This record gives sequence, C-alpha cells and structure tokens, in this order.
Amino acid sequence: MITVNNICKSYKAAKRNAGFGESVRSFFRREYDVVKALDHISFTIHDGETVGYIGPNGAGKSTTIKILSGILTPDSGDCLVDGRVPWKNRIEHVARIGVVFGQRSQLWWDVPVIDSFELLRDIYSIPPEIYHKNKDDLTELLELGELLRTPTRQLSLGQRMRCELAASLLHSPDILFLDEPTIGLDAVSKIAVREFIVRLNRERKTTVILTTHDMQDIEAITKRVILIGKGRILLDGDISEIAASGDIDRTVAELYRTYDI
Amino acid sequence: MKRNLKHTKVSPVKLYLHYISIHIRSIMQYKKSFLMTALGQFLASFNVFIGIHFMFLRFHSLAGYSYSEVLLCFSIVLMEYSLGECVARGFDTFPSLVRKGSFDRFMTRPRSEILQVLGSSFELTRIGRIIQAAIVFVYGTVHSGISWNWSRVLTVILMLIGGTGIFCGIFLIYAALCFFTLDGLEFINILTDGAREYGKYPVDVYGKRMLRFCTFVIPYSLVQYYPLTYLTGRNDNLFYAFIPLAALLFLVPCFWLWKFGVRKYKSSGS
Repeated sequence: MITVNNICKSYKAAKRNAGFGESVRSFFRREYDVVKALDHISFTIHDGETVGYIGPNGAGKSTTIKILSGILTPDSGDCLVDGRVPWKNRIEHVARIGVVFGQRSQLWWDVPVIDSFELLRDIYSIPPEIYHKNKDDLTELLELGELLRTPTRQLSLGQRMRCELAASLLHSPDILFLDEPTIGLDAVSKIAVREFIVRLNRERKTTVILTTHDMQDIEAITKRVILIGKGRILLDGDISEIAASGDIDRTVAELYRTYDI
Repeated sequence: MKRNLKHTKVSPVKLYLHYISIHIRSIMQYKKSFLMTALGQFLASFNVFIGIHFMFLRFHSLAGYSYSEVLLCFSIVLMEYSLGECVARGFDTFPSLVRKGSFDRFMTRPRSEILQVLGSSFELTRIGRIIQAAIVFVYGTVHSGISWNWSRVLTVILMLIGGTGIFCGIFLIYAALCFFTLDGLEFINILTDGAREYGKYPVDVYGKRMLRFCTFVIPYSLVQYYPLTYLTGRNDNLFYAFIPLAALLFLVPCFWLWKFGVRKYKSSGS
C-alpha cells in the first residue's frame, strides 16, 4: 500500500532576461523563482490497483514518481510504501519496485538484450530459479524470442520498449512505475504494451502507477485516475466517471480548462 | 507471484566484474576503434618518455636524481594514474551521467551509487597506457641500480595501491563537485593529468612548499617522494615503505564529499 501525506516539494529556478549583458549580470547576482512542484499532495493507493497519473507538462507528475521511487527527498510531508520511506530506505525500497522511463533506456546499447538481463539478475541478486521463470514468462508474454539475442541498438522503439518492460520486471516487483511507456510507439506496439500491463496486473497483482499524455493508455489500463495540476491534486476518481461522456481526450482537455492548468 | 527474494546478495566484486565483462563485450563490437584508441594512447604518453630522455641527454642528473631514478618515479606514477583511470573513469564522465538521467536510474537500483558509477564506464583503451607504463617500469627498475629485496618490492606494490587510491579519490571529488555545479570542473584535471605530468619528477624537485602541499593537501608525496627515498636507498627506515598506505586515508574525505553531494542531489533533483 502506498500512502502519501501532504508532500511538498519546491525547486529554485534561476531566471534572467535575454541578452549577453544580462547573462553576465546573472553570473554575479542570480535571481531565483521558487517553483512549487508539489503543493500538499495526498493520496492512497492499495495493493493491486492500477492508477493513471495525469496532468499537463510541468504539473508535478515526474516529481511525484521520483519521490515514490526514492530518487528525491520531499521538503515536507510523509510517504510510506509497503511500510518503507522511499528516500530513507532507498536500497531496501527499490529492490521491491520496478521503474520504466519511456524516454530513457536501461538496456546496454551495444550488447544483446540477454546480457543486460543477466546484469540485472546480479544487480538485484535474483535467485536463478526465479530469474529463469520470470525471463521465460516475460519472453512468452511480450513475444521477445529472438529479440533477446539482438543488440539493443538494432531494436525498433517498440521492440525495445517490450524489452524494457521485461527488464523492469525480472525481479518480480510489487509495484511498477511507468513514466510515459507508450511515447513514440506505433499502434501495434502501443496495444501490445497496454495488453501486457493489463495482464500483468491481473495475473501477478502488481500495482501499476502510470503517467502518460495518451488518454487511450489510461482508458485501456487504469481503473482510477489522479489529475494533478500546478502541484495540486485536482481530481481523484474512477475512470468511468471521466470517460462516461464519451471522448476522454475532450473531457480531459475540458478539465484542464476548468482548473486553468 | 509475490515471492520473498531473500537470497544471498551478489557480491560487489562479482557485480563489478560482470559490468567489466559487459564493457569488454561492447568494445568487441568495435574492434578497429578499440585498437586505434589504445595505440593512440600509447603513442601520446610515449612522447613524455622521449621528453625525459632528451633532457637527460643534456643534464645527467636533476636535483640529485639520476636519469633512471626519474624514470622509475615517472613509470610508477604513470602506472598509478593508468590504473586509477581504468577503474574510476566513470567518475570522470559523471556530469553526462547526471545530465542524461542515468544517475536517476542508478538510484532506482538496490546497489550503492558508487559501485554503479564505477561500473558505468571502463576504459579498456587505457590498456595502451598501462602497457607503456609497464614497459617503462621494467626499464626503470632494471636501470635504476636499485638492489631489489622483498621490502623494496613491497614498497613498490604499496606505492601502486596508494597511488591508484589517490587518483580514484580525485576522480571521486570531481564527480562529487558536479552535484554542486552541474557541470564538469576542468580545474580538477590539474590534480589528475597535472599530477601525472609533474609526478615524473620526485616532488621535492619543486621545492619545500610544493612538498608540503603534496603531503598534507593532496597526498601525492606519500606515494611518491617518501617511499622513493627508501627505494633508492636515501633512507633506511622501513617505516617509509608503509607510508603509501596512509594515502588511502585521503579516500575518506572524498567519500564524505560524495555522500554530501548525493544528499544534495536527492533534495534538489537536478
């Protein structure tokens, strides 16, 4: 279970006007804007839930994911993930979660995918029998087959994303964080990724937290949606309520306008 | 599927070797590039050797050191630097690891950050430099006129360990400072590349002040000047043979600075 309670996080962003003179001036006297990335965020996610975390660019989605995955320490507030404070028990915590960043690969570029998998086996100290079972299961579900023997650089984006998903699940995490997993994928790959995530949640009861701008991802995968804007949670409810009116893209755009985000 | 993953943890050494084996497998994909780089490295530092050679054609000793003694000193420092670079090069490319977001990825894995940074880059091409260092080293030891015994061999081994430690420490400082500046600080290269260049002469050649700096600030002289006096028989005190080990203490503040940097990274996130 994930409980987030009144988390706040702000950044200092340097600002200056255009021009060379201004740039020199800011070297000596820098002005900062304090940006509130997260402003008293609270929510609870139960085991086995699928949650879509949506909001416009810069709303605070990535910051939340980074805090939940132990990368960032919040300014205030508390958070417990299965009894662990992510930023305090980092190593213990991350052994039980999986993270997929759609924009960044975790596979080694020049060697066959299977080599990356074996390195991950050692990083996570996965027992051999579990490693083999997970690898075989994932290979079948994601139709990896020959891909495992191909160097990452020769994979298409869709093929690579399937391998990325498998790589994040080799250690059987309880929670999977997906940060824009379908970005840039073609229709066939998108559907394959979505169907796999749904199945993963159904069969393994893995909790899935997904950020995306693709509302069809949300519709296909998640049952619950949390909408964040300007660092605040604006809406937290069942997907059926939002999708009820038909076109989910329009409904969400409407929501963005209503909340002025 | 929620299994308890209680299982013997793969040891850091085994994991590091696994990283290296992947690097080697990656390099094998580009054979020509690897051979050319290694050759280039070899030639680049070979000209330093020639520099010393020509200087001693004119001057037969420098501040009381003979040609072969300087050569021995140079070869040891070069060896230390090459080993340090081979191991800790990941810290040298650290700014780009942070910018590309790879460091975020490291944080989501149940392993120490340092181990993962070390594993992220392995400069096999520096093998060229190590081979050259080894050749110069053999040449230097044979021509140094040193009567070798077990304690002197031990001294050299300790010098290599301590010196590699110092260079790793400086690479670590360099990486830690990136947490504060978000970019590489070229001035640190004075301490690494500079030490390699100037380290070919025993530190006391540069005067008392330099010797003091290299004893108490960045402890180069602990792996170079002091044990060298024992090695060349200027000093009989066996204590001097063990001085290089003290240089490893230098890693402690380096490690603190790194930890401090990681904490800052976690709170600022950029």
